[in-house]
Amino acid sequence: MPFNIYDFSGTTKAVDQFLYSTMSPTWAFVVELAIVGIIILLVYAVVGLYLVYAERKVCAFMQNRVGPNRVGKWGLIQTIADLIKLLMKELVVIRKADQLLFNIAPFILIIASFMAIAAIPFAKGLQAVDFNIGVFYMMAVSSIGVIGTLLAGWSSNSKYSLIGAIRSGAQVVSYELSVGLSLLAVVIFSGSMQLSVIIESQANGWWIFKGHIPAIIAFVMFLVASTAEINRGPFDLAEAESELTAGFHTEYSGIRFAFFFLGEYMNMFIVASLAATVFLGGWMPLHIGNLAGFNHVMDFIPPIVWYFGKTVFIIYVIMWFKWTFPRLRIDQLLTLEWKYLLPINLVNILVIAFIVLMGWYIK
Amino acid sequence: MALNVLMFYLLSAVIVICSILTITTTRILRAAFYLLCVLVATAGFYFMVDYQFMAGVQLVLYAGGIVVLIIFSILLTSHISHKFAKPEASRLIMGILVGASGFALSTLAILKYTFIPTTNPAMKVDMQAIGLQLLGTGKNGYVLPFEVISILLLAAMIGAIIIAKKGK
Repeated sequence: MPFNIYDFSGTTKAVDQFLYSTMSPTWAFVVELAIVGIIILLVYAVVGLYLVYAERKVCAFMQNRVGPNRVGKWGLIQTIADLIKLLMKELVVIRKADQLLFNIAPFILIIASFMAIAAIPFAKGLQAVDFNIGVFYMMAVSSIGVIGTLLAGWSSNSKYSLIGAIRSGAQVVSYELSVGLSLLAVVIFSGSMQLSVIIESQANGWWIFKGHIPAIIAFVMFLVASTAEINRGPFDLAEAESELTAGFHTEYSGIRFAFFFLGEYMNMFIVASLAATVFLGGWMPLHIGNLAGFNHVMDFIPPIVWYFGKTVFIIYVIMWFKWTFPRLRIDQLLTLEWKYLLPINLVNILVIAFIVLMGWYIK
Repeated sequence: MALNVLMFYLLSAVIVICSILTITTTRILRAAFYLLCVLVATAGFYFMVDYQFMAGVQLVLYAGGIVVLIIFSILLTSHISHKFAKPEASRLIMGILVGASGFALSTLAILKYTFIPTTNPAMKVDMQAIGLQLLGTGKNGYVLPFEVISILLLAAMIGAIIIAKKGK
């Protein structure tokens, strides 16, 4: 089986041909689905667990502490131990809750993030589905996730949860607009919504450099708006622990709570990879125009390292937000979106359209 | 059985069962949730025929937009202990009658129509073509309906703000 760390398309093609030559097309397709599903599930679990670990370490260092350091070297398997503990915990049954919706809500959150991961290009030839509406698809499935939050808050039959859910609804519905508009900036530059085409269009420089000032504005807008959309601090009003206990997931226990927890971190991962893909070139190495020598040196670093490097950097920035900014009030939150982010984004889109028309960007 | 046929029956089953549950459940938020299942399964059909743009629109507008707004308004107005009363017998019978006649009519129309199976490969939906046509002023351009709808939306928004601010 050919294996090339720089281009996975050979490997995936070989697996595909092997499966179709050994069994009927129906079964080959089913087996392929199963393989992709299991790989994504593994990525989901490992990335989720280690993001929780990273969050605790980053938080600890920002607060001049050490963080988890007992289980394994530097506390590396602390979160796995936590997961085992959560698996064994009792699932408290709320007598006056709406049982059906209460049990389904965490899965809606998980399914939405799972659907989004399917379209992420991890490396060259390592993308489960490549829709021609990639960016739009990512927005579509990420807007479903909030339904899980809303259902969880309402079905718990608790005032804290309900207030958390209402806050989260108002927040996500408004910030979705800014996320979409800031992504639209790069769609205008590259002329396509397909993620693989957007990455290919950055072969001579990432859009954040090629699109200069408007692209940088769009990038900052995307970071702020998407941090709010995934309910992360300083916008974590839906679970503001000082006023709402734990917001929409106050009543959840055991593994169901873990699903919400995991879902939050996976959403952060998805948002970070989308930002990396659209603005920072995804798996595309750092290329500068036609500097062949420099580009060739950069090509020696495998695409998957580039992808994870950029994603981890953006995740670090989002964590940095959480541990350095105080939480906003709900009216400040909505003011920020409707009076600042949205107008700036709309003007930015106009400017970008003008720039693309005049050709004032690096092609 | 081919996989796409299996998938078709799976999605159809979800749509039929959840549609019936939407109107028969007595809890309002469960009805909204079943409606969500119906709308997502419909998006599945669009994915099946490779019409990804339509599937995306279905997910954004209906699942992510309208259902979220419905759930949000339920959150603000209704309590979890509230349940709908069972409808009166006469209304139930009338409702079933109207539903059955509508079902019969559409089934008749579908059965009478002869579907011509096509062997052509699925057409690629070009996003740029959709965009140009939507804002085109020439032949087959949709710029007038587009603008009329945006004015309608603006009027609806202003109306909503005035109703919300009444008396202040």
